[in-house]
Amino acid sequence: MADYKRWTREQMARRVARDIPNGAVVNLGIGLPTLVANHLPADREVMLHSENGIIGMGPAPAEGAEDYDLINAGKQPVTLLPGGCFFHHADSFAMMRGGHLDICVLGAFQVSAGGDLANWHTGAPDAIPAVGGAMDLAIGAKRTLVMMEHCTKAGESKIVPQCSYPLTALACVSRVYTDLAVIDLGPQGATVVEMCEGMDLARLQAVTAVPLRAG
Amino acid sequence: MIDKIAASPAAALADVPDGATVMIGGFGTAGIPNELVDALHAQGAKDLTLINNNAGNGDTGLAALLAAGRVRKIVCSFPRQTDSWHFDRLYRAGRIELELVPQGNLAERIRAAGAGIGGFFTPTGYGTELAKGKETREIDGRMYVLESPIHADFALIKAERGDRWGNLSYRMTARNFGPVMAMAARTTVATVHEVVELGALDPECVVTPGLFVQRVVRIERAPTRGAGF
Repeated sequence: MADYKRWTREQMARRVARDIPNGAVVNLGIGLPTLVANHLPADREVMLHSENGIIGMGPAPAEGAEDYDLINAGKQPVTLLPGGCFFHHADSFAMMRGGHLDICVLGAFQVSAGGDLANWHTGAPDAIPAVGGAMDLAIGAKRTLVMMEHCTKAGESKIVPQCSYPLTALACVSRVYTDLAVIDLGPQGATVVEMCEGMDLARLQAVTAVPLRAG
Repeated sequence: MIDKIAASPAAALADVPDGATVMIGGFGTAGIPNELVDALHAQGAKDLTLINNNAGNGDTGLAALLAAGRVRKIVCSFPRQTDSWHFDRLYRAGRIELELVPQGNLAERIRAAGAGIGGFFTPTGYGTELAKGKETREIDGRMYVLESPIHADFALIKAERGDRWGNLSYRMTARNFGPVMAMAARTTVATVHEVVELGALDPECVVTPGLFVQRVVRIERAPTRGAGF
C-alpha cells in the first residue's frame, strides 16, 4: 500500500490561509494557529485581532526592538501595522461576542462531528484549569476553524462522536484542518473537503472515529 | 481644588482593609501596576479577594502576595502559566479559592459593575462546566447564560499619563483591563509615568475620564519585562 504524505505544520497553516478572504478580520489562537499569519497571500489584506486589545497586529519586532507593552495573546512581543489601534478588554471581547470577527482559528484537543469543541482543559484531576479567551472566541467569530493533528500521540482520533474532554463551546466549529485532511463539520456530520497526498477515504476513515462523507 | 495625586504607592493604599476585594489590571506583564502590588504586599492587608486576568508570574509582585498567604480567593481567566508556581502550589494544597471565568465574561462582568448593570445574558460558556448551575435562557433561538457583575473595593491599574482630575491615557496593550476596572471599584488607584497639567491631555484621547479614578501616583518609567510564556 502506497504511503501517504501527511501535511507539515507549515503546509497546514498555508492551507488555512488559503481560506481566509481578502478584507477578513481574523483572530489566530495561541500555538499552531499563529503560524497562519506567515502564510497569508501577499495580495490579501487581513486585519488581525488580538484579544488583549489590538486590531491590525503586525509580525514580531526585530531582535532588540521588543516592547512588552505591545504583546499578543500568547504574551509574545508583536508590532502594530499602520492603521492598527488599541482598545480595552471589554471592547475586545465585544468584538468577538458581537459577531464582528469574521474568522477565528483555534487549536483543539477534540472536536465532534457536529462541531463541538474541547480545547481548554483535559479534566485531569491534578490539572490546573485555565480558560483564557477560548470560550469567548469559539462562540464569537462568524466562522470558527480548528487546526490540529488528526490523532493523539497514542493514535486515537481527535475527531470524535462526542467530546470526552470538558467542552469549550457547543456546535461552533465549521471546518477542521488536520495533518491528514480538511473536513467540514456540522449538523450534517463530517464531510471531507480535501486529503493529503496519497490518502484515500477508506484509509482516512480508518483513523477517524466518526463517519466521513466524501465532499 | 480637586487634587487626586497621591504622594506614593504606600500613601495611596494605606486604607485597604483586611478582607478587601481588589482588582489588579494587566494581561501578561503589560499593564500590571507592579509598584501598587508591592505596596499592597508591604501594607499588610490579608484575606484578600483578587480579580486579575492571571495568577502571578515568578516570585515577585502578585505571585509574592499569593506566596505570603494574603489572598483568600482569586477570580481570573488564566491562572496556569509556566511561571505560576506559587499559585499552582497553593491551589493544589487547597489554600486558595479559584473562580475561573472566561476572559470575555470577566471583562464584561467588571464593565457591568461599573455601568450599573445587575446581570447580563451571554452566549459564552453555554453548555460548559463554567456555566454549571447558572440560569440560562433562549433568546431569539440562541442559548445564553446569566452572569453577574463583579464589584471591587479597590482597583489598582497602570496608565501612562494622568492629571490631578484623574483623567488617564494608556500605552498600547497595557490598557487591557484598566478602563473597565477603574469603573467597577469604589476606589481606583492608577499609576502613571507622567502627571500633566489639566488640559495637557488631548480631551479626544482621554481613555478613562477622571471621575472613575480616585488616586493617581506617579512612578518612574521602567521597561515592562516579558513573562508568563
